[in-house]
Amino acid sequence: MPKVTYIEPSGNQVEIDVPVGWSVMQSAMSNGVEGIEAECGGSCACATCHCYVESHADVVPAAGETELSMLGNVVAERKPNSRLCCQIKMTPELEGLVVRFPDAQS
Amino acid sequence: MTKPIVIIGAGQAGLQTAEALRAEGWDGGILLLGEEPHAPYHRPPLSKAYMLGEYSEAQLTIRGAEALAKKSIELRTGTRVAAIDRAAGEVVLAGGERIAYHGLVLATGSRARPLPFEGGTLPGVFALRTLDDCRAISAALEKAEGVAVIGGGFIGLEFAAVARKKGKPVVVFEAADRLMARVVAPLISDFYAGLHRRNGVELYLDAHVSGIAGRDGHAFAVRSGTGVDFVADLIIAGIGIIPNVELAKEAGLECEGGIVVDPCGRTADPRIVAAGDCTATRLADGRLRRLESVQNAVEQGKAAAAALMGREKPFLAPPWFWSDQYDVKLQMVGLSAGHDRVVVRGSVDDGKFTAFYFREGRLIGMDSANRAQDHMAGRKLIERGLTPTPEQAADESFALNALLA
Repeated sequence: MPKVTYIEPSGNQVEIDVPVGWSVMQSAMSNGVEGIEAECGGSCACATCHCYVESHADVVPAAGETELSMLGNVVAERKPNSRLCCQIKMTPELEGLVVRFPDAQS
Repeated sequence: MTKPIVIIGAGQAGLQTAEALRAEGWDGGILLLGEEPHAPYHRPPLSKAYMLGEYSEAQLTIRGAEALAKKSIELRTGTRVAAIDRAAGEVVLAGGERIAYHGLVLATGSRARPLPFEGGTLPGVFALRTLDDCRAISAALEKAEGVAVIGGGFIGLEFAAVARKKGKPVVVFEAADRLMARVVAPLISDFYAGLHRRNGVELYLDAHVSGIAGRDGHAFAVRSGTGVDFVADLIIAGIGIIPNVELAKEAGLECEGGIVVDPCGRTADPRIVAAGDCTATRLADGRLRRLESVQNAVEQGKAAAAALMGREKPFLAPPWFWSDQYDVKLQMVGLSAGHDRVVVRGSVDDGKFTAFYFREGRLIGMDSANRAQDHMAGRKLIERGLTPTPEQAADESFALNALLA
């Protein structure tokens, strides 16, 4: 199973095996990673799974239109590598992905 | 040993309250009692991604066992609470076990309103509320030859869209003269009627259903008030929900279309708070606000946890909701009821627009179809009491975010 490293707001790093086909959000939530709320359960409707993608910039598929629109009003600073991680689906190519969660989601 | 805070209901509101209690500094025990056999799971995808087969059951889980253990939240599933003994400060489980509580959270949720006519409980007739409901519906959908949806609200229409995507014939009956009438304005109802019809749904408004006919012990047809039978072997009842207030009521707490709480989630008993679908919030002007949504479950959960810790963090933000049907994401904020002017930004024909609702010149609500940027700006505008002019609202080149700066 591909691994993802989550960096919590405290700087603490958590490495988790993410099943292919799951979103990067789902594994973070079910494992209790700090710094993510994901209220809507992956519907791209709440913008509380905001993360910064710190690796694999060229491999992670680009954000869709709804996601880009939702990113326009995230609570923490929006950066060029901002994503809603419910929209990033795990693939073997993303082995070793690193994402960082911001200080605030809501 | 200090007594735990007991939470009745392991849905999104119950879980949120548990986690918020930790965030508020409660370091005693937290006991989360769930009647369903599952760990807390996301309900919104049930009628959408899960039903389409895009999500497995494991992907619905909000928090796994280890995540709960990390926060020392004890989850007991398959556990029904029979009564609350306020005098003793105990909950009584169905098996007779009594658990003393330091504080009590009612997050009992809601259940589907049963169909009030003959045949409403025949096999083949389903409510769409729980994971177990959806397991059964999903299996039935694969084999179904005809699908009928009774009730043109969010749940029923989301399911209708899924059934059409799976190529099933679908008929929808709505008693009112337009879809989703309780929440959205006529403009949106009309747009969705067109959307469903274009996707092949046979839609009847002002429809009176008199019963469901059975054959060989299974639902066979929906019988209309005019005596016409619509053949369907999978029938979804989507006519609303009933808040689960029985435990609270029997314990002598005020209930009026929900367990009555203040904006901080407090009941009249200082040791008991409530959150989520089961509540009705008494606002400062005396009106009751009843919301059935993820936002309400999450925000009331946070407020209720704070209240038990002696802090006031009222939830008064404007409500927001969403619904996914076909390729249209509808996002709503505020309440459009009572508006005296509607202004549209974007193109209704292209399925990409926002309706702005004004009352006496003030923005009171927005419904956005595939225009998430408007919706997200709208949440902040309405919360802060900011209002674009109707001209600004209609002008796509005017950035709503400019008003927030």
